[in-house]
Amino acid sequence: MSGLVIEPPRGKPDPAVTPNLHRAAENWRLHRADARRRVDWEAWRERARQVRADAVRNLPELIELLEARFVAAGGHVHHARDAGEASAHVVRICQAAGATRAVKGKSMTSEEINLDAALAQAGIEAVETDLGEYIVQAMGDRPSHILAPAVHLSAAQVADLFARESGRHFDPDDTAALVDYARGVLRERFLAAEVGITGVNLAIAETGTLAIVESEGNIRLATSLPRVHIALMGIEKVIRDWEGAAHLIQMLPLAAHGKPAAASTSFITGPARDGDDGPREIHLVLLDGGRSAIRGTPFEEALHCIRCGACLYACPVYRQVGGHGYGTTYSGPIGAVITPLLARGGDASELPGLSSLCGACVEACPVKIPLDDQLVMLRAQAHRRDPARGEAALFAAWARLWSRPAAYRATAATAGRALRPLWSALARDGWQHRAPFPFSGWTDGRDARVPDAEPFHVRWRRRRGGA
Amino acid sequence: MPDPRTTRIFRSFPAVPGQRVQLFVTCLVDLLYPEVGERTVALLERLGCEVAFPAAQTCCGQPALSAGYPREALAVADGFLDAFADTEGPIVAPFGSCVHMVRHHYPRLYEGERATVAAGLAARTHELSSFIVDELGRSAVGGRYPGPSGTVVAYHHECHMRYGLGVTEAPMSLLRGVAGCTLVEPPRGELCCGFGGTFALKLGDVSVAMADEKLDSALEIGAQAIVSSDVGCLMHLEGRARRRGLQLRVHHLVDLLEPDGRL
Repeated sequence: MSGLVIEPPRGKPDPAVTPNLHRAAENWRLHRADARRRVDWEAWRERARQVRADAVRNLPELIELLEARFVAAGGHVHHARDAGEASAHVVRICQAAGATRAVKGKSMTSEEINLDAALAQAGIEAVETDLGEYIVQAMGDRPSHILAPAVHLSAAQVADLFARESGRHFDPDDTAALVDYARGVLRERFLAAEVGITGVNLAIAETGTLAIVESEGNIRLATSLPRVHIALMGIEKVIRDWEGAAHLIQMLPLAAHGKPAAASTSFITGPARDGDDGPREIHLVLLDGGRSAIRGTPFEEALHCIRCGACLYACPVYRQVGGHGYGTTYSGPIGAVITPLLARGGDASELPGLSSLCGACVEACPVKIPLDDQLVMLRAQAHRRDPARGEAALFAAWARLWSRPAAYRATAATAGRALRPLWSALARDGWQHRAPFPFSGWTDGRDARVPDAEPFHVRWRRRRGGA
Repeated sequence: MPDPRTTRIFRSFPAVPGQRVQLFVTCLVDLLYPEVGERTVALLERLGCEVAFPAAQTCCGQPALSAGYPREALAVADGFLDAFADTEGPIVAPFGSCVHMVRHHYPRLYEGERATVAAGLAARTHELSSFIVDELGRSAVGGRYPGPSGTVVAYHHECHMRYGLGVTEAPMSLLRGVAGCTLVEPPRGELCCGFGGTFALKLGDVSVAMADEKLDSALEIGAQAIVSSDVGCLMHLEGRARRRGLQLRVHHLVDLLEPDGRL
């Protein structure tokens, strides 16, 4: 079972999370301004797009190269067609290693494949070690942002959680004390774990190297203390060479936080050499999960995503509904695009509707994915698969009328003149406050402007003395 | 060749010297804000343009495209192509979003010969403020705020103009030339107002929350009026401001560019 779609989208403002989201989004805006001061942003975006486009266009070849180099460096590669296969690989590797305790670095791909459930079922305890992930896991919650899993929570909620766990008191303003507590708990887990499970930010095919960025040091620990490291990645994360990697590894934190480098970046090529500290075994699980099927379609650019989270921060809808409002693992504009593509089921067809199509996501995207155009195409695709009959009939009737000038002018006259008594009954100062479905969707929260008795085209004819 | 549908209208008029401009009034302006269309004509004529109005125009088709009905959008877009294809000169609209539809989506929606026609029209189609500033080379055209002198005005950048057309400076330039008001820049100004066509109906609560944030940010900085170049945003923001009983006036940019400040 994939974890792509968790529940139907709520699509409602969530007042419990909006203050936290707004604060985070405004911080991100400041960071973004930093990023644009630091580098020639447009040139950097174009370069990043080219690196990703090269990777996705040549995916089979690059995956083959990555596998060969990864194995040559002493690693093991496992291919997974879908979520179930990917989880099964991870469980099998853990079992072969005789492991019952695992630590996890933040990995959205592990959420996508619903890995925690598979591990739990196999009796393997997996503890999240990214602070935000640890918090949402301990709360029985789930990440609400690709990069900042606990962005929807306040410090007070975290202080409450830690107080419940430890029986101690925490002051929400004392972030250092909260972090210290988590560090203490996690340190023991790191030392006890037999397996470290992480995601991958990008994989460099030419040397078989995995690159993982982080800000907390937990990835370093998860990939060096346990004797087995399992890295899980979507196949599209591969890139050709170190030149491209050097660019993307700066672009990712620039887009996410306005900084040209993450606090820590790990480049991992093979297991520990003899005498070195580090894992004796390293496994790479390559998840297709519907990605190959997107190549060569009009949606191919969605695979360019580097999971920086910028489109979520930029999105005015995400800002209101929060990540959980989408009901998916991947939320925000990129989530509304890739979830229906990867899930390929009708259950994600409403997601592309969670956008006002303003284009802020496109402007924020460090690899220039045309998210707004893709959302529009996905809406059309959803209608072709599962026609919403009432709406389709309305648009068909509308198109029949408005594709003909005479009929258009007739509807204008009807709306502006024939229906005038109706507007007068419902309206005040040319604005009405109630309307029948589907226009009630408007008047529930806003007054509606009443059509003018004299449209412009009538005024023009009169003014110009024409027909 | 002039469009036969418009020459009939112009036969009774002496030709105005200057550039010929085709007015694409857009359906929302035509039906809901006809005075915005009239002021657009008056402004363009004051700037020496000869304004023609191809009478066969209806709508650009954007509502259907955004809602996920490209076939219906194309049927209506066909009408735009037929109405404007044989006209000459720039096509100007007082509505950034519709211009974005023509410039960005038309060339991608069509194939073959029609794509060439669409691309030709796309290249000719301009949003009003950018046409005045970038094409006519006028960074200011005067104007007076149509209300109490000293009114504090916030400009709302419509998203398809900002992100799609990359037009942000032109309306500000024209606004700086307007007497009788003080311009302020609200915080978080780049956020969408929540209109988004059928989005405003389908996700009404989210759309209203977005409008509230936009209105609140204007009030926060002491704005008494919001001005924009998109009657979709204006209709949405004014409709919400009225529902909340806010003392906030809402205007299209052209309302402020009338020379005497009378509406």
